Amino acid sequence: MLSSAELLNFANSHGIPLWAMDAFIAALIALGLFAAMGLGFMVQVYMERKVSAGLQLRYGPIYVGPKGSLQLVADALKFITKEDVFPSSAEPWIFRLAPVVMFAAAFLGLLVLPFGPGLVAKDLNVGLIYVLAIPSIGVAGVIMAGFGSKNRYAILGSLRAAAQMISYEVPRSLSLIGIIMIAGTMRLSSIVDGQGIWYIFLQPLGFLVFFVATMAELNRTPFDLAESESEYVNGYHTEYSGMRFGFFFFAEYMSLFAAALLTAVLFLGGWHGPGPVILAPVWLLIKVFGVIYVLMWVRWTFPRFRIDQVMDLGWKVLLPMALVNILVTGIIMSV
Amino acid sequence: MSKLEEQKLPDKLPDSLLEREFEIEELKSRPEDTIVSQELTINIGPHHPSTHGVFRAIMDMDGEIITRIEPVIGHLHRCFEKIAENRSYAQFMPFTDRMDYTSAMLNGWAYAMAVEKLAGIQVPERAEYLRVIAGELNRAISHLMTYTFSGLEAGAVTPFFWWFEERDKLLDLFEEIAGARMTFNYARIGGVSGDAPDGWFDRVRDFIKTLRSNLDEYYKLLFGNYIFKKRMKGIGVISAEEAIRLGITGPCLRASGVNYDVRKADPYSIYPRFDFEVPISYKGDNYDRMYMRFLELQQSLRIVEQALDQIPDGPIMAEGVPRLVCPPPGEVYAHVESSRGALGYYIVSDGSPKPYRVKIQAPSFGNLQAFTSMVVNNYFADVIMIFGTFDPCFGEVDR
Amino acid sequence: MVSEIIYFVTFALVGIGLVTLVLGLSKLLQTRKPNEIKLSTYESGIAVTGDPRIQYKMRYYVFGLLLVLFDVEMIFLFPWAVVFKSLGLFAFVEMLVFIAIILLGLFYAWRKGALKWV
Repeated sequence: MLSSAELLNFANSHGIPLWAMDAFIAALIALGLFAAMGLGFMVQVYMERKVSAGLQLRYGPIYVGPKGSLQLVADALKFITKEDVFPSSAEPWIFRLAPVVMFAAAFLGLLVLPFGPGLVAKDLNVGLIYVLAIPSIGVAGVIMAGFGSKNRYAILGSLRAAAQMISYEVPRSLSLIGIIMIAGTMRLSSIVDGQGIWYIFLQPLGFLVFFVATMAELNRTPFDLAESESEYVNGYHTEYSGMRFGFFFFAEYMSLFAAALLTAVLFLGGWHGPGPVILAPVWLLIKVFGVIYVLMWVRWTFPRFRIDQVMDLGWKVLLPMALVNILVTGIIMSV
Repeated sequence: MSKLEEQKLPDKLPDSLLEREFEIEELKSRPEDTIVSQELTINIGPHHPSTHGVFRAIMDMDGEIITRIEPVIGHLHRCFEKIAENRSYAQFMPFTDRMDYTSAMLNGWAYAMAVEKLAGIQVPERAEYLRVIAGELNRAISHLMTYTFSGLEAGAVTPFFWWFEERDKLLDLFEEIAGARMTFNYARIGGVSGDAPDGWFDRVRDFIKTLRSNLDEYYKLLFGNYIFKKRMKGIGVISAEEAIRLGITGPCLRASGVNYDVRKADPYSIYPRFDFEVPISYKGDNYDRMYMRFLELQQSLRIVEQALDQIPDGPIMAEGVPRLVCPPPGEVYAHVESSRGALGYYIVSDGSPKPYRVKIQAPSFGNLQAFTSMVVNNYFADVIMIFGTFDPCFGEVDR
Repeated sequence: MVSEIIYFVTFALVGIGLVTLVLGLSKLLQTRKPNEIKLSTYESGIAVTGDPRIQYKMRYYVFGLLLVLFDVEMIFLFPWAVVFKSLGLFAFVEMLVFIAIILLGLFYAWRKGALKWV
């Protein structure tokens, strides 16, 4: 890999402006991340199908490829070649833009997520705020999808989803204050470096709140009110089909991966593990998929809450718990 | 302020002063800053994931609270009662399976009982026992379905798939005696269509054993779950008087505290020989309705075990039943306890080979009526759950 | 700082560009056979009547307001937490007072029944 000094020399000697150099590298990284996420998406969906099948006494995909592992390639091809129905009553531009917003918001969140020591697109010093704030733009995509579809279920589902997502943003962010207090930084890589002891042991309450709020942010089953199929058919993406739906799907799994990665980085010691440094990304991925597995396990076991119970849990239980966590952390650190 | 306070003073004073103050605040603030909101009319069904078949309900929603419901039934109407008038008595038997398809054994049995009563046919012992075994097994698996289905409605998909395994095992057993896996057509006028093959009783015993051991897991999976309890308890309460007035039968009635089970109240077939209990509860909410099913399921297994011990050898068809049954003119009403409630057949005969009139008293119909009466002022999500606990089967409602 | 903004913008552009590209590709590859029924809005198998976009009675805006309140609180909390170690006890107590005031607001909303989903 080229070091930044060499790149700087190269740019200077060929008269390329620095910003162009930066943008070029950023675009390359973005494309690489997109490809990685595409692969990750397939792995996750395959995993989800296999895990749910295992819990439900089924086989899951078995026919395409060895043990059905190429099923997702087939599915991707189907998504691309499938007719995407554009409802005649939909608001054209809002309907079109919704998956783009959803996807772009989830994709932007990857900018600061470290995959290993130094393996990060841009290690911002406000990484933690960034990673909490930017993916939340996805809420706008949800509202747009519901509003643009002009479908009753979609509108109600999107309102529910939006209310739920913004409500859980608060305890989710507050639960991380304790970590920042201990680590004294918001740079994700520094937080990982500071974890001699995993923060899950120092911040058990914070972890609990964060994990539950993450589940709610991801709209996964105890909190899947956005697409509660027994009530609002499929929630905000009821009217979407073909590749447009594919991008909602992709964004969902990208957020799942990002959330699991964030959990691993913040609470599970990131890439720390025995063995040489070269194994660091492997350790991180093991932890990430462990978290994803737990999320899937929960999803396929529990029933879902009712919407008012979800709101109560967020505002009346998790939020006070997050504040108590700050209080306790502060007291222990001051004394 | 004092004027308003006097006017709106509630009959019973609230527990704390603070609460009362807030109430008054609310009353004062209501007229001015009420946002003009409209009610959304939402259409559920006939093509919706949670309508148990084809049911349509048009609901007005204020926010997420239902203010009005207009049920539309009849999407699955297949004129069974009229068809019966144009078939011979035996030819109508297959149609009964298509009414309550999740407990088809009990439907055929009820019809056969009615015709036998009308024609004065005595069913041999062994056939009665076989009917009881098949019917109670079917009831058990139908109750289990209702239970797991309510999990599905609450978003837990896994229990439903577990149920599929139990069901498939049972269907294998039924296939051996009836030859079919869904529409068994097992009961015959005067007996049953086939005797149990060798070793079948042992296989039934094995099935009961595994089902019993799995029940613990089923219990933990939903009834033991905090979220499920929170969704079910205290929701959709119906009082005993109301339940009787609306004509609810079956587990839903017994959950409200009315001890009425046709097997005990008007014993038919050989039920007096078995030792079983009718579970009863008093709260009448969603949770109890489902729990009654779970307890009844265990009682059904008990009955089957006793029947397996007692079953005698002998013929499975009454002797001298003609190919074309021509009962003497008259009318008859026979009812059984189906998995959803009291299922009755009223048959009028004019002495010809075809019934003059067949009226089917379907339990799901009464239960559906109760459902529509208790929807208003509930959350939309709860309405779906209430619907699930009444579990109407639309083959039976529309007939 | 400039580099970070460049990265952000590039990521946004690449994200949007890729979606557009794949959607365009899918448009080229798919067979379109629209008809009236296929293009109608899904309404559980019944023809749609009326515009569903009416004025709901949703307590949605209350949650929006509360989010704004707490997001602002968090903006103060994050920098405070970063330098918490060097600030000492006084700042800790200060922050507790700040949180307590905001909690009072939440408690008020709670008692008013604003947190109830309708």
